[in-house]
Amino acid sequence: MSRRRRVREAALGYLLVLPALCVFAVFVFYPFAQNFRLALFQAPPFPGLPSRYVGLHQVGQVLTSSSFLESLVATVLFVVMVVPAGLLIGLLLAVAAHRRLRGMAVYRVIFSSTVVTSVAVSALVFGTLMDPVVGLLPWLGLNPSPPILQNTTWALPAIAVMAVWQFLGLSFIVMSAGLSSIPEEVLEAARVDGASERTVFWRVTVPLLSPTIFFGTVVATIYAFQTFGQVDILIGPTNAAFEHVNLLVYNILNTIEIARTTGQAAVLSIVLFLLTLGVTLLQLRLVERRVHYAQ
Amino acid sequence: MAGVAFREATKRFGGAVALDRLDLEVGDGELLVLLGPSGCGKTTALRLVAGLEEPDDGAIEIGGRVVNHVEAKDRDVAMVFQSYALYPHLSVGRNIEFPLRQRGFDRDERRRRVADAASTLGLSELLDRKPRQLSGGQRQRVALARAIVREPQAFLMDEPLSNLDAALRTQTRADIVALQQQLGTTTLYVTHDQVEAMTMGDRIAVMDHGVLQQVDRPQALYDRPANTFVARFVGSPGMNLLPATLEQGAGGKWEAQVAGSALAVPETAATAAGGAGAALVLGVRPEHVGIGPHGTVDATVVIVELLGAEVHVACRLGDGTNVIVRQDAAAPRPAHGEAVRLAVAPASLHVFHASGARVESGAGVGHAPVPGEGATP
Ligand SMILES: Nc1ncnc2c1ncn2[C@@H]1O[C@H](COP(=O)(O)OP(=O)(O)O)[C@@H](O)[C@H]1O
Ligand SMILES: [Mg+2]
Repeated sequence: MSRRRRVREAALGYLLVLPALCVFAVFVFYPFAQNFRLALFQAPPFPGLPSRYVGLHQVGQVLTSSSFLESLVATVLFVVMVVPAGLLIGLLLAVAAHRRLRGMAVYRVIFSSTVVTSVAVSALVFGTLMDPVVGLLPWLGLNPSPPILQNTTWALPAIAVMAVWQFLGLSFIVMSAGLSSIPEEVLEAARVDGASERTVFWRVTVPLLSPTIFFGTVVATIYAFQTFGQVDILIGPTNAAFEHVNLLVYNILNTIEIARTTGQAAVLSIVLFLLTLGVTLLQLRLVERRVHYAQ
Repeated sequence: MAGVAFREATKRFGGAVALDRLDLEVGDGELLVLLGPSGCGKTTALRLVAGLEEPDDGAIEIGGRVVNHVEAKDRDVAMVFQSYALYPHLSVGRNIEFPLRQRGFDRDERRRRVADAASTLGLSELLDRKPRQLSGGQRQRVALARAIVREPQAFLMDEPLSNLDAALRTQTRADIVALQQQLGTTTLYVTHDQVEAMTMGDRIAVMDHGVLQQVDRPQALYDRPANTFVARFVGSPGMNLLPATLEQGAGGKWEAQVAGSALAVPETAATAAGGAGAALVLGVRPEHVGIGPHGTVDATVVIVELLGAEVHVACRLGDGTNVIVRQDAAAPRPAHGEAVRLAVAPASLHVFHASGARVESGAGVGHAPVPGEGATP
């Protein structure tokens, strides 16, 4: 009886996830698997001819190419710039907005608004702000030469600033959720015990927030690895600083769109996948041990 | 150490008044229990002393100094929260040590004091555990240890026993009283449990809806409640309250008409209450009501509850008022539905105005001098 019921319940469960599973299968699992096959074939020199099986040869070729190495360096630098800044600023905004003050709701809306801002719009806004003629920088008396978005030193940080800004909304929301899960009484206990606000923050709030910070780190890392739009809209392959801002995802697109070498693009995709997976696993192993989960 | 005082302290949340001009002093070294039903403003009162809330009006004093604008961290009081509020990421030892670190004690002193506090509360074996690995009772003791470890000006305890089971509660109740006497630290102890209040407090302050009702020693509170709220709230079961009208019967004797029956009322109380025609509320403790042929008030037995040593007989009067009678288990027990007569000795009657305030009619009257008071089962 109870066994039959359990079987029926399980069947119902599978039935309910079936639509989602179909969508995932078509748009995620199949392309994901197909990508591994693509990596083993070399694209023909002219479209229309059959692809040639080259096995792992192509993998070595891509991994040793200077374009890939530049792209890798740029991507890693980018991740290092975006993740800590995005999390820290999100946390500070969340702490500021957590106080129960009149009108704070307006700020919460503003802080989380970047989640619903499209990358294209924000890239255009930032592009204007960084414009060497009409932008904010010349107005401030800062006029790097070459202009910031063509500058081999400053183009990547400039894109990182945009990415951080874009990520702030999510970071703020995640951190706010984490903060509101901390029992207010624990913070109050620390105050009564004689802790200054600074001590409360570093000795109580941050440790109790560590599961959230950890989660945020994983999400931010994946987000940074996958940044694409800002580069596509503001940099482009003809930019003077291009190879310093050629983030992996953008590189993949270029490899397909311009070089038309799908096999190489597939290899790059696999590298991006392994990189993301590796960093996430590393974070899971290293950081999670130090995370304090309250019961 | 120092006394703690509320001076006309008022706290509002939005439009609601959580604490209404509270005037209360806790003497140096005293254990004062703040007693009242849930939502009456007890926690708010504690938080005002701790510096977690500021009064909208009036003042809070610690050691004779107004501390309204002193931050929580500088008030030097220790608070035991209802939820214990232990630091979940720190070990028991680190939890207890936390207040010492904040006040800059050196390492040896910290270690010595943590060890002392831990052994006082039987936590020495648990210092390396995390709070989530402890039982409710152990957590409660860690919270206490964290409070006593730094000899503060005052202890503030917010229903610290409410999460414990009955047996542990009785035990810990006694432990806290012993600890408080040993340390001699001024303590403001909050509870909604009148048994806890009666057994622990040097004095009890009863509150309702943010308003202080009465402050007195436990026995005095039981014997001379200042109003019908205190009369009902203190004692288990609480005092029976009977709406009545005052009349002067034949021969000039004062009687109160209760549900069609007459109860004799002492003359002093009757005059103080306003004489003939005055609306009253008569109060009588369950142990002062007798059942028998000598009774004067007709009633019907509704429920008979046997509690081991004693029996509670719930009766209903003609006007629907309920009266609980506390009897010895050995006494003859009326049956369910039986018509009985209730007897009340005039000396054990408490007389209240219809407004609820006690009728003050000189010493002795309304006082119930009964040996072996059964205030606390
Ligand atoms: N932070 C707050 N915001 C709004 N109302 C509050 C707040 N704290 C307490 N109150 C209200 O004040 C009253 C007293 O609360 P409290 O002091 O917690 O009562 P108690 O501890 O006696 O149960 C309650 O009506 C409660 O709803
Ligand atoms: Mg409370």
